[in-house]
Amino acid sequence: MERNLVLIALFASLIAVLGLVPPVTLISGVPISAQSLGVMLAGCVLGARRGTLAVLLFLLAVAIGLPLLSGGRGGLGVFVSPTAGFLVGFPLAALAAGAVVERWTAVSPTVAAAAGAVLGGIVVMYACGTFGMMLVLDLGPFQALALNLPFIPGDLIKTALAAWLTGVIWKSRPDMLLSRRRASVDFSSAA
Amino acid sequence: MIGLALPEPTWAHRLAAGAKLGALLVTTLLVFPLTDPAALALTFAMTLALLASLGRAALRAILRAFRPVVPFIAFAAAIHLWQGRPEAALTMALRMAILWSLAMAVTMTTRLDDMVDVIERLAAPLARVGLPPRALGLSVALVLRFIPVFLDRWDRLTAAWRARSPRRPGPRLIAPLLISVLDDAMHVSDAIAARGGVAALPQRNPDDGTQSRPDRPLR
Repeated sequence: MERNLVLIALFASLIAVLGLVPPVTLISGVPISAQSLGVMLAGCVLGARRGTLAVLLFLLAVAIGLPLLSGGRGGLGVFVSPTAGFLVGFPLAALAAGAVVERWTAVSPTVAAAAGAVLGGIVVMYACGTFGMMLVLDLGPFQALALNLPFIPGDLIKTALAAWLTGVIWKSRPDMLLSRRRASVDFSSAA
Repeated sequence: MIGLALPEPTWAHRLAAGAKLGALLVTTLLVFPLTDPAALALTFAMTLALLASLGRAALRAILRAFRPVVPFIAFAAAIHLWQGRPEAALTMALRMAILWSLAMAVTMTTRLDDMVDVIERLAAPLARVGLPPRALGLSVALVLRFIPVFLDRWDRLTAAWRARSPRRPGPRLIAPLLISVLDDAMHVSDAIAARGGVAALPQRNPDDGTQSRPDRPLR
């Protein structure tokens, strides 16, 4: 219980910290923030259920008025802003990424995390983000998608980072890769 | 103070957090389906009057928070204008401005502590499925506490990197950062468990165990 709660809080915090990383501006002039890397990692490392909880905890902290979204945004306003769809997509992305890493055990966690991060961090995230923009900005699906497409190259970089980091944790702290931990000895719940 | 709440009190600070959140939810649900420009303009005028009554500092803070949203609205408005639908551009921009500024007004006039209180009260029924109400408050506190830990660890890792390499570290140091903070997390969870665990967290109101609003210092 304690261990899971602390790990969930840790990944929520990681998502917040990655939002503080100054956005890298690509050649195309589109700024990319590192925040969604934290979402992908939460799902890949903690698994579907706990990864989703970590993202929800992060969103809760944002909702009660902590400026933790990239660019120092926060408060209830962000949930009605044009990018609100992405915020709805955050927990669903972690859920999808975690589910892939948990279920696809035939391959190494690195490969599964890469697939999970693409499915969650790109496919699910952009579906939600695009739908949100259609709703809030009253746009058609293709116009909204066009507004989002420039961000995809940056997200592919984040996908690679998420896969690599999941592999690193798998090798050096296999006990903490909750998404892949099989019936190994769980010291915390034994108490 | 890391939160967005304004330090100097306005009349809206005195309202109950739950009431403000409820009113915001109802207003959002009512305003979202509005498509009549006149109705939206009227609502916008009422919103402006409400914001103005909060004083100049609040108004300035809300406008500053609005800035990152402007490019999106401008882009969407341009598309609508280009398609020859100026009224769509107007209603979209008005709706955004109303919803955003009302939401930010609630955020900026509600102390973080009161928000956490509301959350714990809403989460109280979850105690039946094994989530102690205080666990949420503790989790939010942990999220905030880990942020400086991450930043401090990152500073040390980059300093160590610079001492041994002329090149920039790039993202490669995220791996040791994650591993070392994960190890910290294990110590934290051991420490919480050693103190009796999440279930043993003190209640907010030890007299009767309810979640009523206790007298605690500001922030």
